Amino acid sequence: MKVYIEKINQYKNTKAKTVKELLEKLKINPTTVIVTRNNELITEEQKIKDSDKIKILSVISGG
Amino acid sequence: MSCKKCVEKPVIKLINSNKTLCKNCFIEYFEKKVKKTIADYNLIDKNDHIIVAASGGKDSITTLYLLNKIFSKRKDVKITALAIDEGIHGYRDKSLEHLKKFCKKYKIILNIYSYKKEFGKSLDKILKTYNGVPCSICGVFRRYLLNAKSRELGATKLATGHNLDDETQSIVMNYFRNSLNVSARLGPITGIIPDKKFIRRIKPLYFLTEKEVTIYSFLMKLLDKFNECPYNHDSYRGKIRDMLNDFEAKYPGTKHGIITTFIQLLPILKEHYKKSNYIKECSSCGEPSSQEKCKSCQYIDEVIKPTL
Repeated sequence: MKVYIEKINQYKNTKAKTVKELLEKLKINPTTVIVTRNNELITEEQKIKDSDKIKILSVISGG
Repeated sequence: MSCKKCVEKPVIKLINSNKTLCKNCFIEYFEKKVKKTIADYNLIDKNDHIIVAASGGKDSITTLYLLNKIFSKRKDVKITALAIDEGIHGYRDKSLEHLKKFCKKYKIILNIYSYKKEFGKSLDKILKTYNGVPCSICGVFRRYLLNAKSRELGATKLATGHNLDDETQSIVMNYFRNSLNVSARLGPITGIIPDKKFIRRIKPLYFLTEKEVTIYSFLMKLLDKFNECPYNHDSYRGKIRDMLNDFEAKYPGTKHGIITTFIQLLPILKEHYKKSNYIKECSSCGEPSSQEKCKSCQYIDEVIKPTL
């Protein structure tokens, strides 16, 4: 699965069944991000599949 | 899985209640919380001119959007915006563009003041010769201008986009630094003793987490592209923020716990520091200050003037 991480402006390849698992694998604290699938917000409990377009957006202000 | 209030797809699981909410129920929850904070803490009165300190970031844009939405039809409350252009190339110029477009769309008056015009130098130029912590000098100049300019513009209160995360960071920072007197100035509405020259700050997003503000601004299409200040690294606040976020991930509800406890202590702190926290006038510029000479004038004399 190709995942876009906004804060570092990079795509990463990984495999995960849920958002929670995805964030754990990428070592991203869930309180610091929101996750979208096809530009719609999803919660940590939701299932994801390889064909989904996943974006991880930072919630922390830039200063 | 569906929203606990209806049958729609959820967008968030609330930490403090474990409820899952869909888009519309979350927007309703968020706006109700802002209105409740305004009502419970009497943040806005009749005949108030509220100036929103806006940077173009999600917190200030959300504050401006909501205050405008709630009060734009009321003739007895005026909402305008004030921005400070520190002069940070590639960062502030971009966020100010977003802010200008937003204010134009919602027909909100926006006033912008720059460090270059007010102090003689942009932050980028100041930092070429100043080796101290960028956030310290920048924060002092920004707070100075926000107070002085909002007073000049006739504000009765200055609204900021501070959220629950910002406030918990400040509380913990002050605790670690043995600065309880500074914490006494925090809360949904600041100020202990009324002062003619000090414009009271109000924080309508006080009880909403940074994540909730991001979700709201995403859903309402208020969010601009991620943009990080180039000087925002290795700050003390950043370390406290990371520590609190790590703790929050392991023990959900930590930040709400800090705020709930602090709100109960705040009246005691305000009463205790009432006498020692009185506001003086700076001997040089006349602006409100806790010291003989305000920090802004100290920086101007020590950092700006020798290099002009």
